[in-house]
Amino acid sequence: MNAFLAIRNLSAILRGGSQRVLRSVDLAVEAGEVRGLVGESGAGKSMIGKAVLGILPSAVSIVEGEILLDGRNLLAMPQKERRRTIGTVAALIPQDPLTALNPSRRIGRQITDRLVDILGWTEANASARALELLDEVQIQNPQRVMASYPHELSGGMRQRVLIAAAFAANPKLIIADEPTTALDVTVQKQILKLIREMQARHGTAMLFVTHDLGVVSKVCQKLSVLYSGKVVEDRAVSEFFAEPRHAYSKALLAATPKYTDPFASLLPVDEAVIASVDAEVKAADREWRHV
Amino acid sequence: MLDGRGAVGRRASWRLILSASWLVFVLFLALAAPLISPHDPLEQDLFAARLPPFWMHGADPVYLLGTDSLGRDVLSRIIHGSRVALTVALIAGLATGFVGSLLGLLAGYLRGRTDLLISRLVDIWMAFPPVLFAILLIAVLGTGLSSIVIAIVVIDWTRFCRVVRAEAMNQSKMDYIASAVVAGQGRVGILWREIGPNVLPTIVALLTLEMGIAVIVEAILSFVNLSISTDAPTWGGMIAEGRTAVYQAWWVLVFPLVVLFLTVLSFSQLGEGLKDRFDPVLR
Ligand SMILES: Nc1ncnc2c1ncn2[C@@H]1O[C@H](COP(=O)(O)OP(=O)(O)OP(=O)(O)O)[C@@H](O)[C@H]1O
Ligand SMILES: [Mg+2]
Repeated sequence: MNAFLAIRNLSAILRGGSQRVLRSVDLAVEAGEVRGLVGESGAGKSMIGKAVLGILPSAVSIVEGEILLDGRNLLAMPQKERRRTIGTVAALIPQDPLTALNPSRRIGRQITDRLVDILGWTEANASARALELLDEVQIQNPQRVMASYPHELSGGMRQRVLIAAAFAANPKLIIADEPTTALDVTVQKQILKLIREMQARHGTAMLFVTHDLGVVSKVCQKLSVLYSGKVVEDRAVSEFFAEPRHAYSKALLAATPKYTDPFASLLPVDEAVIASVDAEVKAADREWRHV
Repeated sequence: MLDGRGAVGRRASWRLILSASWLVFVLFLALAAPLISPHDPLEQDLFAARLPPFWMHGADPVYLLGTDSLGRDVLSRIIHGSRVALTVALIAGLATGFVGSLLGLLAGYLRGRTDLLISRLVDIWMAFPPVLFAILLIAVLGTGLSSIVIAIVVIDWTRFCRVVRAEAMNQSKMDYIASAVVAGQGRVGILWREIGPNVLPTIVALLTLEMGIAVIVEAILSFVNLSISTDAPTWGGMIAEGRTAVYQAWWVLVFPLVVLFLTVLSFSQLGEGLKDRFDPVLR
């Protein structure tokens, strides 16, 4: 076991409550590998990503567990050191390209910030690197884009810029939180392809959050299925699609529309299945309280 | 792939041009007052009291806008009055904007206890009627420029604080803040580099509005004789004096009133115009 990111037994609660939003989560991403994280809306997918990056909302607090980044427990570090560690090795590709770029600052600065601030590059070197990256994410006329403000770019271009920014500091781990959900279908495909290419070229480990099992089959090698903050299945993608183990995963897979017959399987997940997973989650909670 | 969005031109609007021109004109009056005013604003000439403006019967053309009850030149007093008005507008406006915006930013970004404290303070403040509060303050502090500035800051910081706090809160929720945190940006950096530029257009709009308000507050205080001092000419003071003889010499009241009105209006329109023009996000 030599994972670059290892989350062990991570539980988080909403402040003031006792209800867990993350339930003893175990999850690992090996160096250079892409792990998919799927689950329905509200399952806690973003929460896991935010916990790793240290940007949990103040209403959520971690009550147990470890987050090991390159073997070092982030949760045991003092705040400053944690920020630094995360800043040097991890990056985020956010979901909504509309709010993920600062509307008042030029694109160039938003890419070079981290290089200059954290890694201590000179402005000139950082700009050269930013140009190179914009070129790599296939933005035409990168000079001009560097000097533009976000509102001057289309959604797809902004997402390309965000990808360039994420890869700028050569991170070892990227958390991609539904990076294509906000885009229209044709752009989605291009961006997905781009992320996959960039990931392969740079050998970056990636935690890829998505609703879409179709995307998982194209981008990921491993997969975690999350239900109500609990990991119910953790498999290699090829095995998962051949034979999902958990009843919920089976139902999820069955509910994914197929391109050959888009309407045939658009069924909601079976209520009996939901009831059984809910029971499982409740049982886990009872056990947890006794520890 | 760059589409047309970058090319949307934004011309300066009429209100921006007009309001800026008027304010530049008033600024010129203030700076050049001793050089351009035709008379000494304090010089009295009881034989030339209540002379009407130049186009009326019985006017003396050396007093273009007429004279007041003590025979002082109205035009020269308006020109000199602009000095007090603009000084108060600039100093009080900036000071109020600084205090209010800073507290608003801190409350909106840090939230938690800081926010609780500042917001309660704002609530308490809002319960005071502002002008009475100002008069009370001046009565305690004594008259003079610094008391007026302090009074305006104390009364009006909440105007900035509330708006900037809400805006900072909105911005804090945006993903780009999360990205900046991940990229290792500290609190000061986030406030200054990420949130600051986004609330700046709002602050500028409020600031110009506040300068207009400062002019009015100064005029009100002069009106009730609580302003700078009794002999420096102020628009508010002129209006107060003109009121006593409005039927015999309306010009003593009306000219400073019009100038005051145009100036206050220009400040508020300037803010709106600037906001439209320089907000990087097309709204
Ligand atoms: N700021 C917050 N305060 C309180 N509860 C929150 C907050 N943000 C999220 N939650 C709760 O935490 C749970 C997990 O949310 P999360 O955003 O991780 O879901 P998700 O799996 O990413 O869903 P989606 O697919 O919609 O993005 C949800 O039940 C949500 O209601
Ligand atoms: Mg999410």
